Amino acid sequence: MAEKSPDRPDRRQFLAETMRYAALGVFGAIGGITLAKRHRLVKEGLCTEDGPCSGCSQFVKCYRPQVWQIDPYKCTACGNCATHCVLEESAVKCVQVYPICGYCKICFGFFEPNPYEIDEGAENQLCPTGAILREFIEDPYYEYTIDESLCIGCGKCVKGCNTFGNGSFFLQVRHDRCENCNECAIAAACPSDAFVRVPADNPYLLKKAGHS
Amino acid sequence: MIRFRYIVIGLAAVLILGGLVRAAESRFPPPEFENGHEFPQTTTPQTREGVFAYIDSIVLLGTLGLATYLALKKRRRKAILGLTVFSLLYFGFYREGCICPIGAIQNVTMSFFDPLYAVPIVVIIFFLLPLIFTLFFGRTFCSSVCPLGAIQEIVLLKPISVPRWLESGLRLFAYLYLGLAILFAATGSAFLICRYDPFVGFFRLSGNANILVFGACFLIVGMFVGRPYCRFLCPLGVIFRQISRISKKRVTITPDECIKCRLCEESCPYGAIQKPAEQWTKEQYKKSKIRIAFLLILLPVLIFLGGMIGKSVKNTLAQMHPTVRLAERVRMEETGQVEGTTDASDAFRTTGVENVELYEQASNIRQSFGLGGILLGAFLGFIIGMKLILVSVWRERKDYEADRASCFACGRCFEYCPVEHKKRNERKQQ
Ligand code: SF4
Ligand code: SF4
Ligand code: SF4
Repeated sequence: MAEKSPDRPDRRQFLAETMRYAALGVFGAIGGITLAKRHRLVKEGLCTEDGPCSGCSQFVKCYRPQVWQIDPYKCTACGNCATHCVLEESAVKCVQVYPICGYCKICFGFFEPNPYEIDEGAENQLCPTGAILREFIEDPYYEYTIDESLCIGCGKCVKGCNTFGNGSFFLQVRHDRCENCNECAIAAACPSDAFVRVPADNPYLLKKAGHS
Repeated sequence: MIRFRYIVIGLAAVLILGGLVRAAESRFPPPEFENGHEFPQTTTPQTREGVFAYIDSIVLLGTLGLATYLALKKRRRKAILGLTVFSLLYFGFYREGCICPIGAIQNVTMSFFDPLYAVPIVVIIFFLLPLIFTLFFGRTFCSSVCPLGAIQEIVLLKPISVPRWLESGLRLFAYLYLGLAILFAATGSAFLICRYDPFVGFFRLSGNANILVFGACFLIVGMFVGRPYCRFLCPLGVIFRQISRISKKRVTITPDECIKCRLCEESCPYGAIQKPAEQWTKEQYKKSKIRIAFLLILLPVLIFLGGMIGKSVKNTLAQMHPTVRLAERVRMEETGQVEGTTDASDAFRTTGVENVELYEQASNIRQSFGLGGILLGAFLGFIIGMKLILVSVWRERKDYEADRASCFACGRCFEYCPVEHKKRNERKQQ
């Protein structure tokens, strides 16, 4: 249709055609360079699956998408995670890695600094929504479990547990909820630069138990 | 390199901190249970991303192909509208707006500047496919694939026409936005396009209140001014404008010869239909020749001026980078200009990095903003100069034509063309 408009001077058409292929070349170059870079970085050890590239033959894995996660060793539990997520109820929640937990009777992530009493009364708890369940296991051990449906990701318990306890509570982006924004709104507001991009098929950065 | 050092320092800090925290882990020795209680597993719900990335790419390819077919071959507004609704539902409300080709500009930019950032392949596909389609077929991506375009297409109620000079002037915002987005992505400061995406909040039915209000304004204006975001702000839109000028095929209003009935004249809500050009008189030619000569001299002046202005605002621009902000805060705390600390400065101090190192990082970033600011200003100067030159050039146009750059391939004009209807009837009778 357009190309057979006979009124157009040929010179213009020729110019357009040349520019078209030049543009195509530029796009090709952009694609090629970005892909080559990705390949190089994966080889150099970006593949968090099993350390530096071992030539695992799962080629597709190198090209997997990325998602956001919190590096728990950097996070200072500032509270922004609860308020800055684009979701009404933040995608960030607290997790508990049980083998790190001391199962303390007096948990600094569970109780207010000076609790009236050592029991599950709401007035003694640090968590504003009462999302932590405290369950007696055997003397003197108590197990602490996060009820994710209640957790708002404010990190109050994380702060307590990190300052005085073993640090088994920490915040993670929960990927059943996260929208995987291109720019995570919390990452932009995070004071400690704790948000990193991780491979989508291995999307958690859990603390590892120091002992064992 | 700046960025690289910064990250190495960060990593070192993590290791140190990690060591500290690990030491802290043994504060209370984890228990050994006598009653055989076992540690529960920490749950790790998986992302939807893995599978969807590939499905999305295929849907994108499919919708682009279909959009092109509908706009160039089938030529039915209803079908195009149907695809628009589908894209709005799928890319918008179902996939909730991320990743989109507009935002992908930033990922690709960042990959060129941040030595440690690798673009996922889906993002590369989302970036390149629409560009290539536009290069060959015009803006069919905008017509019925882009969810941002789609939501504006659907709210359009009673379009008023925008005068050409105003349209052209307002479009400078889009160039500015594109330049800023690239600058901030290249320096690793922010993803501007994502942060101020006016519609993504609607797709997700939640989001920052300011952005939702901003988006609502766009939708309300969009009821009377066709696609305000696309025309005056979309950074990808201005790239599309340029490459659709050299596209191989494009939407034509009439399937055949234009009979100059002028019925289509008012049909385009985006002001993209151009009248046949009147032949200029000798006088006019002469005048415009002088004007062009003058403007050609003006062009380098504009570029230079732009560069100067860009350079002078570099410190303001650099404020967008978190490290620069942090460095300023820490310095003020150090010199006692402010009381107290912020979360960021506290977090910085726990990393054990020296203040001077932070200041140096910040000054390096400011320097790259200096260069970036000059380039950004020069780019805008160039755009303004070129705009002025282009309005002074006479171009032959005998028919009513859709302007290659402005046409969104929405297909409204087809329905107004009597030649089109004649064709359709002929086809029916066969
Ligand atoms: S914003 Fe950053 S520092 Fe604050 S709680 Fe979230 S991850 Fe931790
Ligand atoms: S990526 Fe988006 S949805 Fe996920 S945590 Fe960040 S802001 Fe929330
Ligand atoms: S101009 Fe931008 S927002 Fe509008 S349809 Fe095109 S890509 Fe989408």
